Formats: sequence, structure tokens, C-alpha cells
Amino acid sequence: MIPAPFDYARPSTVEEAVAALADEDAKVLAGGQSLIPLLRLRLAAPTVLVDLAGLDALRGVHSDGDDLVIGAMTTHASVLADPLVNRYAPLLAQATGTVADRQVRHRGTLGGSLAHADPAGDLPAVAVALDATLEIAGAGGRRGVPAADFFVDYLTTALEPGEVLTSIRLPKRGEGWSTRYEKFNRTAQGWAIVGVAAAVRRENGGIAEARVALTNMGTRPVRAAAVESALTGASADAETVRAAAGHAAEGAEPTGDLSASAEYRSHLARVLTERAILAALGQAHAA
Amino acid sequence: MTRISVTVDGVRYDDDVEPRTLLVHHLREQLGKVGTVVGCDTSNCGACTVLMSDPDGRLVGVKSCSVLAVQADGREITTIEGLAGPGNTLHPVQRAFHERHALQCGFCTPGMIMAAVDLLSENPDPTDDEIREGLEGNLCRCTGYQNIVRAVRDAAAAAREAGTSAEPEPPTVEAVDAATPDGGLPSEGTPDEAVPQPVP
Ligand SMILES: Cc1cc2nc3c(=O)[nH]c(=O)nc-3n(C[C@H](O)[C@H](O)[C@H](O)COP(=O)(O)OP(=O)(O)OC[C@H]3O[C@@H](n4cnc5c(N)ncnc54)[C@H](O)[C@@H]3O)c2cc1C
Ligand code: FES
Ligand code: FES
Repeated sequence: MIPAPFDYARPSTVEEAVAALADEDAKVLAGGQSLIPLLRLRLAAPTVLVDLAGLDALRGVHSDGDDLVIGAMTTHASVLADPLVNRYAPLLAQATGTVADRQVRHRGTLGGSLAHADPAGDLPAVAVALDATLEIAGAGGRRGVPAADFFVDYLTTALEPGEVLTSIRLPKRGEGWSTRYEKFNRTAQGWAIVGVAAAVRRENGGIAEARVALTNMGTRPVRAAAVESALTGASADAETVRAAAGHAAEGAEPTGDLSASAEYRSHLARVLTERAILAALGQAHAA
Repeated sequence: MTRISVTVDGVRYDDDVEPRTLLVHHLREQLGKVGTVVGCDTSNCGACTVLMSDPDGRLVGVKSCSVLAVQADGREITTIEGLAGPGNTLHPVQRAFHERHALQCGFCTPGMIMAAVDLLSENPDPTDDEIREGLEGNLCRCTGYQNIVRAVRDAAAAAREAGTSAEPEPPTVEAVDAATPDGGLPSEGTPDEAVPQPVP
């Protein structure tokens, strides 16, 4: 189908973009890989599309002290190929490699994936697990929102109308940290039925710190807090990990749909959490 | 209407388009590039795959049904019609699809070939698994994929042996000529009505 008519703006600065978003039915266009399908199905009918493609400053990755800063318009393909991301946030690179297909990854952006906030999207949970801060510009100035507060509900974020997500700031996790994204889906280019983003820091053979966040176990990404506390200070053996992973679905409110019932999702969360942590620790899971 | 300038298969086209025009419709209906087809409404099938330059000028595979024509302003595009070399010699991937019988109805083929060219430009020697994963954005309802994987493997080997990349050649004078809207058809003895013409 052909989208309903809209006006098109291509600003070249963040300020111009914010000004162009003044109309209440205006919408940001990033890579278009979620928005254009919605426009084609006429599930969205904005009056104006404000294309961020002209904002070169929103593209690319740079290092800023202890943080990694990724421009919102950096494509999935660029994230995957970026040496800084692979060094300091390999979890993001690995999860990005599971997103969609090559063509979609060439156009879709990290910022668009987070702003879209699809519960089945892989990158929101990664942003939560890595303790990202989302940097936002609007008519009232700039602000930073922790990933834990950014995702509000199904396709709903802390972005106010007229605001633009400009960059994603991640604390570098180098030495001592190891990570893994485990995703369960049934078909090629399929969305996650459940996904688990895990990061652990080892010290003297034990687990000093653990961060685990779940994809599609509710309308927004959830931290598996009970798993994290069971792992913190524990030894890094398979039995401990299995017991900790048993808490993965605690506090989550998964929904049932055509792909999986809520109970099956909870089961997957436990199994995938065990696999993700064992893989992060460099141990193969017992099949 | 928004004015855009897009270079398709080596030829620059300047047009006024409605912002809601999808790139695939611009290619087919405005420029006569009917080799690129539409197979779905959900951005899943990949039949519409073309190569488009990214902001760094690198040609990469995109689904032209999921790009607005206005987003292609200033970019370079290669469609299936611009893949053949001078004198319409088949591109290694096209030849391999022909020789390996990698198509039945042929509807997925233009997108499948462009996606394969995209994959080989990044990974000139992929394993079978890498080929399957690299083509996951393209669906085929006929072949069962086996012969497609064989064809891509062959094309990769042929390109490596010939010492050429599987990337499309930069347009030469002849290629520019071959890349006009009727470039995909034999020029001699073809009746006029068989040659697709761009819609004015
Ligand atoms: C076939 C297919 C399969 C897919 N599979 C997966 C998958 O397995 N996993 C996965 O995670 N994703 C998947 N996706 C989605 C893909 O990751 C998209 O790239 C992503 O969801 C949206 O990014 P985008 O840049 O294309 O954003 P757009 O489509 O341009 O925008 C999406 C939404 O975010 C808003 N927005 C975008 N950027 C900003 C910004 N900087 N500031 C404020 N608002 C903004 C837009 O207004 C819009 O509402 C798939 C998509 C397709 C078509
Ligand atoms: S037509 Fe199906 S993905 Fe473009
Ligand atoms: S050959 Fe018919 S869809 Fe692939």
C-alpha cells in the first residue's frame, strides 16, 4: 500500500529538527525500518515527517572518558562494524547482529530502535543491561534519561512530543566484563519471542557484579533483579548459575500471543538466562 | 512535491516526487526500472532489494519498498538492470543463478541476486551458513533455497578466480548505455513494444 500524504522536512541541525517537530502530528524519521512499514499499512498518518538523515552530528561512535557515545542515527550495520563498540560494548554488537536482516540493518538505526520501544525489539534490553543514558534534545533544552526510566510501556518512551533522541551514552565495560545476548526465535529475520541480555564482571574466580535484562517479558524491558542478586558474590559454577537463572521470570509480566503463552515465555526466560550467563562466563551450557 | 536527484544504474535522474512515494515505485513507475519488483506489504520478502550508497558512499543492499524516494536524494543506486557488464555480459552472480538453476518462478530473483551481490561485497568467501544468514532478508517460495546457496557459492568462487570483486563495476561508457531503461533487453531486432519505456 502507499502511505497517506505527508509533508517532508530535512533539517540540518538538531535545533531545526526540534523546530520542525512543533506540529503535534509531526514525526521523526530515522532509518524508516519500523515507521515506513507502519505508514504503508496506514497504521500511522503523521502530518510531517522530519528526516534526521541530514544531521551528520547524530551519526557515529566516539569515546568520551569512561563512556562510549553513539549517535542516535548510527545504523545497525555501523554499530556492528565499529571497533569501539566491539571493544567496550560487545553485547550491543552481538545483539545488533541478531536484529532483522542485512538490508534492514543497513537502514535501521540504534536511536530508532530505542525510540520505537517495541517490546520484542532486541536493543532496549541491551540498553537497560548496559546502564545506558539516553540523551534527548527538545524545545526546553537537553536532558539525559537512564534507560531504566526511558521505556514506559508498549511503543511508549519518556520522549515528549517534539523531542529528539540525539545519542546513547554507555559506560565502557572492558576489563573483567563478559557479556552475552541469547535470543529465541523460530524463523529467519524473526523477532525475539524472548531475549536475555547478560553482563557479568568476574573477580578472583567469582562473580563480582551481574546485570541481566529481558526482551519481550512484558511491555517494556525488565531487569531480572533476583537473578542479579543471586549471582553477585557467588562462585561462577554451573550449579550456581542454574539456581540463579531459576529466578529469571520473577517480577516479569509476560503476555501470551500467537508465538508463545505467558508460561512458555517464563520458561524461556529461565533457560535463556542460564545459557546467556554460562556463555558470558565462557562455559558451554549443558544441552 | 519535492525535487530529488538520484543516480540509477549510472544515469542521473532529476524528478519531482510526492514525499510519500516509495523508492521502489519511483524506480518502476517514474524511471521504468521494472526489473525491481514488489513482493509484500510488510518489508519482509526482500524482492525489492537494490544497492544504494550510504552516507560514506558505500553501495549496500536496502529494501526499496522501505525507503522513501526523498530519502534517496543525492544517492547512487544499482538495480538488477544495472548489474550486467559492457555488452550485457552477465554479472558472476547472474551467471551462477542461471547455471545452478537457482530460480523457478523467478519473482524473488532480482532481490535475491542483489542481496547476494551485497553479501559478497562484504564477505567474498562465505560459508554455506554465512550465505543462508546473509540472505535471511529474502524469501523464496519455490526453490527451497538449496540451489540459491550453491549459486552464491559458485559466484563467489568465480569472482575470486577471476580476481574481480563481485561488486558491480563502476559505470563505463558502454555500461551507461546498457543501463538505460531498455538496457536489460537485447537491442537488435527487439520489437519496440517489448521495450519498457519510462513513464513520462
Ligand atoms: C523485516 C524486519 C525485521 C525486523 N526485525 C527486528 C528484530 O529482530 N529485532 C529488532 O530489534 N528490530 C527488528 N526490526 C526493527 C528494526 O530494528 C528497526 O530498524 C528499528 O526498530 C527502527 O529503527 P529506524 O531507524 O528504522 O527508525 P524509524 O522507523 O525511522 O522510527 C521508528 C520510530 O522511532 C521514532 N524515532 C526514530 N528515531 C528517533 C530519534 N532519534 N528521536 C526521536 N524519535 C525517533 C520515529 O518517530 C518512529 O516512531 C525489524 C524490522 C523489519 C522491517
Ligand atoms: S517488497 Fe517485500 S520487502 Fe520490499
Ligand atoms: S523462484 Fe519463485 S519465489 Fe523464488
